[in-house]
Amino acid sequence: MQYLIDNFFSLTVTGITLGAVYALVALGYTLVYGVLRLINFAHSEVFMYGTFTAMWSVMLLGGHSGASIPAVIGWIVVMFLVAMVTSGLVAVGLERIAYRPLRKRNAPPLISLISAIGASFALSELMGLRDKLAGFFGLDRKLGAYVGQARNNVAVPEILTPQPVFTIVDYQVTNVDILVVVGAILMMIVLDQFVRRSRLGRGIRAVAQDPEAAALMGVNRDRVIQVTFLVGGIMAGAAAVFYLLRIGITRYDAGFLLGVKAFTAAVLGGIGNLRGALIGGFVLGLAENYGSALIGTQWKDVVAFLLLIVILLFRPTGLLGESLGRTRA
Amino acid sequence: MNVFSTTLERTKALLERAKGMPKPAKIAIWALFVVFLFALPVLNIPVITTPDSDFGGVLFTVTTYVLVALGLNIVVGYAGLLDLGYVAFYAVGAYTVGVLGSAHAHLPWLMTVPIAVVAALVAGVIIGAPTLRLRGDYLAIVTLGFGEIVRITLINSSWLGGASGITEVPRPPSLTVFSVPHLDWSSGSPIVDLGNTTTFLKFGITDQIPYYWLALMVIFVVIFFDKRIKDSRVGRAWEATREDEDAAELMGVPTFRFKLLAFAMGAFIGGLSGALFAGKQGFISPDSFPLLLSILFVAAVVVGGAGNRKGIILGAIVVAYFPERFREFQEWRVLVFGLALMMLAIFRPQGLIPPRRTVRAKQADQKLEALEEGTASDA
Repeated sequence: MQYLIDNFFSLTVTGITLGAVYALVALGYTLVYGVLRLINFAHSEVFMYGTFTAMWSVMLLGGHSGASIPAVIGWIVVMFLVAMVTSGLVAVGLERIAYRPLRKRNAPPLISLISAIGASFALSELMGLRDKLAGFFGLDRKLGAYVGQARNNVAVPEILTPQPVFTIVDYQVTNVDILVVVGAILMMIVLDQFVRRSRLGRGIRAVAQDPEAAALMGVNRDRVIQVTFLVGGIMAGAAAVFYLLRIGITRYDAGFLLGVKAFTAAVLGGIGNLRGALIGGFVLGLAENYGSALIGTQWKDVVAFLLLIVILLFRPTGLLGESLGRTRA
Repeated sequence: MNVFSTTLERTKALLERAKGMPKPAKIAIWALFVVFLFALPVLNIPVITTPDSDFGGVLFTVTTYVLVALGLNIVVGYAGLLDLGYVAFYAVGAYTVGVLGSAHAHLPWLMTVPIAVVAALVAGVIIGAPTLRLRGDYLAIVTLGFGEIVRITLINSSWLGGASGITEVPRPPSLTVFSVPHLDWSSGSPIVDLGNTTTFLKFGITDQIPYYWLALMVIFVVIFFDKRIKDSRVGRAWEATREDEDAAELMGVPTFRFKLLAFAMGAFIGGLSGALFAGKQGFISPDSFPLLLSILFVAAVVVGGAGNRKGIILGAIVVAYFPERFREFQEWRVLVFGLALMMLAIFRPQGLIPPRRTVRAKQADQKLEALEEGTASDA
């Protein structure tokens, strides 16, 4: 208890930054669930590919700590672009290969989950075997820095050294904290406006509300679904960069636990509800930090799941309810 | 794909012909099949036998998967509840045996098993009672969370052995009846190898075959009860609940109670397989119960065809056996497994052996469609 009081503000800030990453990944789950009623189990891999390509792009550009401000900004922008493009493409490819054929055959929902699990295994193993894959082309030596240590944690060059910017009571908020939180909230506002105001966003909401009626009204369902996956992937790509800036390491299976947490966040806020995912992410991030301060860090994941169970008992459709379709036009 | 479906068609035709046989012949064939299953580990048939790991141990793993799949099938297949934390019940069963047999008491294995099974059942009711009112996908994530909670609690609780687990778990009591020699195929043709024998039901450390035999016997008992319960009023209530919960409730089926029953029975069988696992392994730790295992269990059920007993047994064999058989490609096998799951989902979306009701439902759908199109011949 004393620990929680002493470190309240540092726990709060780190909880919010963690929650921002959860929320961004949770958006991908919630979007796809809203449109397809499908738990996109492989979304965690979409995120993981974002972390790797962002890391490689920085390594390729020779990123290092203590560089001038324009260089740092340039690197971060490149990271974002690369990660968002890769994650978006992986998500769209995933939909094409693993889900669309099933949809065409009217497969039962459970089997889509199996396809998703299969895709998740395959994607994460491909990354875990990247040294062997490069070996086929005789490139494993040449690309050693990129593909080596395929099964271990790999660290991204620290391009943005955390420096205190201002202080809340006793915790020094760093530039990384600010970048992560502001960036994540910005992304979410853009997404929210996209879904609420744009033509494609209206299509997404229509399909979420009633796929058949939407099809009758001339909404191209396949296209809407593709856009949904693309948008979810882009959000995961952004989350990947924030994650790298904050945590600094990644691994071929780094997506798994984060994916489970993000999905928990999505359910917590009410799956299918964009603002719910946002709230769920922050609540989960904060609760994890406070909870682990109270009863010990080894119980961090238990706190997250217990919170989920308790909230679902009292609000069976999550904090904000499920309403991707019902958002006002 | 085509080769696969033609073999399937052929097997179907063969089964169709088998159905027409007189009853004594059918019984004889089944008896032969059962004998074959028991003899499998000593026969050492070249292609089937796993080259890189002990075949008896692999067979035992396969049988535990089959047992778990039978239990999970009640939850997922019959009652239609998606449980992503089934490994928790498996862990509860195993740890009850560990705690009562080694860590805090020294009961013999046979006495711990009933307690373990009841403990798993109680855990099932405790988890099921608050969560079964939730809708499908919420249930999935809550059970997943519960599985993780159990695993983390095991790691962090020193009373339960912490991360290093519990050692010297009691083994099942041995019963030395007779010895069976193995077959040796190293010269190309089978030779009875009298130097390498397995004693019937002598539960030691090195020879895993007796455990396989024990698990096989348990499976037959479970299948017997599973068959009876599926064809009973309870089984029909599960089917009604799965197909349309509201309609079932209106027809007077207390759906919540039946769902809870399915959950508890699934947990019961999960605990039983956990107890078997602990007795064979002699050592349990939280590492034996990762989240991945829950997912593999669900994969076994869905791959085979949720709701079809033969299907899920086949599914469990596929999921447990192939990764062991192809151990020489150790590094690639998870990748191949993932790809195989995707292929399977795309090309056989109803599972390897779809349950009969879906075939029936499909026909009803076709009829309905024909009526809507106005092309029905007998409408």
